[in-house]
Amino acid sequence: MRTSKCDIVIVGVGGQGVILISEIIGRAALKAGLPVRAAETHGMAQRGGSVINHTRLGCIYGPMVPEGGADLLVALEPAEALRYGRYLSSGGVALVNTKPVLPTTVTTGHFRYPDIEEILAPLRGVGRVISMNATEIAERAGNSQTANIVMLGAMSRFMPIEEALILDALRDSVPAKYLDVNLKAFELGKAEVSG
Amino acid sequence: MREYLLGNVAIARGILEAGAGLAAGYPGTPSSEIIDTLSGIASRYDIHVEWSVNEKAALEVAIGGSWAGTRSVATMKHVGLNVAADPFMTLAYLGVDAGLVIVSADDPYCHSSQNEQDTRRYAQFASVPCLDPADPQEAKDMTIYAFELSERFGVPVLLRPTTRVSHARSDVETGEIPEGRRRGRGFRKDPARRVSLPVNARRLHRELIDKQKDMEREIESAPWNRLALKGDVGVISSGIGGLYAEEALANLGADLSLLRIGTYPVPSRQIEEIVKHTSKVMVIEEMEPVVEEQVEIVARRCNPELQILGKKSGDVPRAGELDLLTVRNAIARMLGMSAIVPKDLPGTEIVPPRPPSLCPGCGHRAAYYAMRKAFGKDAIYTNDIGCYTIGISMGTVDTCLCMGASITIGSGIRFGGDERPICCCIGDSTFLHAGMTGLLNAAYNKSRMTIAILDNSTTAMTGHQPHPGTGKTATGEESVRISLEGIAKALGAGHVECIDPYSLEESINAFARARDFAGLSVVISRAPCRILLRRKGERFRRYRVTDECVGCRQCLEFDCPAIEFDEKASINQLCTGCGVCAQICPKGAIEVVK
Repeated sequence: MRTSKCDIVIVGVGGQGVILISEIIGRAALKAGLPVRAAETHGMAQRGGSVINHTRLGCIYGPMVPEGGADLLVALEPAEALRYGRYLSSGGVALVNTKPVLPTTVTTGHFRYPDIEEILAPLRGVGRVISMNATEIAERAGNSQTANIVMLGAMSRFMPIEEALILDALRDSVPAKYLDVNLKAFELGKAEVSG
Repeated sequence: MREYLLGNVAIARGILEAGAGLAAGYPGTPSSEIIDTLSGIASRYDIHVEWSVNEKAALEVAIGGSWAGTRSVATMKHVGLNVAADPFMTLAYLGVDAGLVIVSADDPYCHSSQNEQDTRRYAQFASVPCLDPADPQEAKDMTIYAFELSERFGVPVLLRPTTRVSHARSDVETGEIPEGRRRGRGFRKDPARRVSLPVNARRLHRELIDKQKDMEREIESAPWNRLALKGDVGVISSGIGGLYAEEALANLGADLSLLRIGTYPVPSRQIEEIVKHTSKVMVIEEMEPVVEEQVEIVARRCNPELQILGKKSGDVPRAGELDLLTVRNAIARMLGMSAIVPKDLPGTEIVPPRPPSLCPGCGHRAAYYAMRKAFGKDAIYTNDIGCYTIGISMGTVDTCLCMGASITIGSGIRFGGDERPICCCIGDSTFLHAGMTGLLNAAYNKSRMTIAILDNSTTAMTGHQPHPGTGKTATGEESVRISLEGIAKALGAGHVECIDPYSLEESINAFARARDFAGLSVVISRAPCRILLRRKGERFRRYRVTDECVGCRQCLEFDCPAIEFDEKASINQLCTGCGVCAQICPKGAIEVVK
């Protein structure tokens, strides 16, 4: 039997704002009266390394999503989508930012960074893949740092929480002077996903 | 009220709700956010909050607080309890006045640690209670209970969250925070209980042993131990293992007997009940088989036929952390049901590795580069615990054992007969934590080598906590700003020099002078953490590569994430303008973006 209403895995590179997305969702869930559990990466692994956040909506058990169990896999960086692709459940949705952040293993010429199509193809074999250049969209919103909120906007189409509550939580979570650009990023991200 | 809280913030909340008046700790993942949280609200609630220089100091400060009648807490990561083990072991004899809680956060899978030691073993070792929360709610509630338990029995109580509790978030029901005075009545003289002379220690040890049965009885009825007797197959679990087990049973639709344990000493009576009721049990706990051993002891007495599955039988892994699938599959196999094996995604082998790396512009990278140039690749580089350990790819990390060990191991390698140059690398916070005695020891015993203190003026890895070298306390107050140069000289270093690691040639020359010094030399490489500078609003200049680049790849030796290479070098937007690559480039092809 299902032990969680919606299991979400958010991945990216340390510093991209993965934790902020989870924080906003968690606060929104609280407003919706849904129990919520999340697990995040701190410390050594964060320094330019790959990070993974688990968020479980409507769940009262452990904080980590099992492999093959994510209803929603959200990647702020394309290679990370594939690295953690095993979490995507069969028929789940993968939201992928197509703008790469090159690891040092690539910048120093030791490894090749794969083409976007090579990254997305295996995920397409598992579930529905929606890709967008969230970093560029964030720039259009007014600040490339809001790529995470662009992705949150896209995610809002798939979560069992009313959009108004997510926006409330967003307001609670970002500094007032950055609210407008964040709201714009959210809208543009949402518009990337056709209903 | 319900709030969405990080496990460590929930523990901080429990400390406040319990009315504690003193909190001391040393940063260490996954424990740091407890003091980080309290330091921001210390003045609002009149609670003394400090970052101590190490865990032994933190615990001893907390002991003093307790003996002054103030509920006190010491926080640390699991390996920090090793540093505090000396006061911890004897404290169990001497006991507490107001409640004293020690939070020691374990890190199964070594997410950010050098080992996977299990704090519950320390509780057994010292004969004190330990509470093992499964989630942030329990972590908060157990914190309050821990203070009560500590006062009821006059012993310190351990709280042992793990990474997936400390760094989990969940909805938490919070309680009232009491207003008013949090400090106690003051120290009451009682030498028979506070002085560990042999004549007292012998008596106090017997008293501690005598308390054990009462503690066990009391703890057994705690709400953290839950028994549900159903089928004749059972699961006995501890801490977060209990959550995984509950979800696995719900997922499998299996009607098994289940005992969830949250306390040490373990609830023997409940273990006895489930052991008598079942013919087969599986023990689910992270790290050491602590509960499993207790189940074996109980079963020997009251159900010798019981089949016990767990770590010793190989059904549950002993290393690393547990998760839902591991637990679900272990239980499924026990029941003869099929396991879920997640399908490997084909095509993932093309994903390039992304190991943690020093930040672009980090002063540690610059110092390592200069050090390598001066000392050469055959020199021995003993290293220490901090961000700078990530510099392993630069060839300047040959050893890393525990806080402060770079210096003492360096001395040992010298006295062990190795004549090559030795350069010990240690961060500022780590030096003040456990490096000073090593320096003193090296100077006193005439160890000929170099100590590089990599001073980024913060405790970066754990979240930028202040230390005595920063001149600020945990709560942001101005304080004495101690001088690393002054300490190095006072402890006996013969040659002490300070460098700006971004001036490459001068740095190489300084390291060469230190290498050639016929005694103990110290080089202090000072460059504040770039993350901190950025937070303070500093704008960095950027560099770019000109057409003069001939693709010689020399700049790649610098190992900077901002330098990319595709036939020729280029610099990406990660650059924070340290400018060292421009000094390395033999063609002068790297210049500041105007």
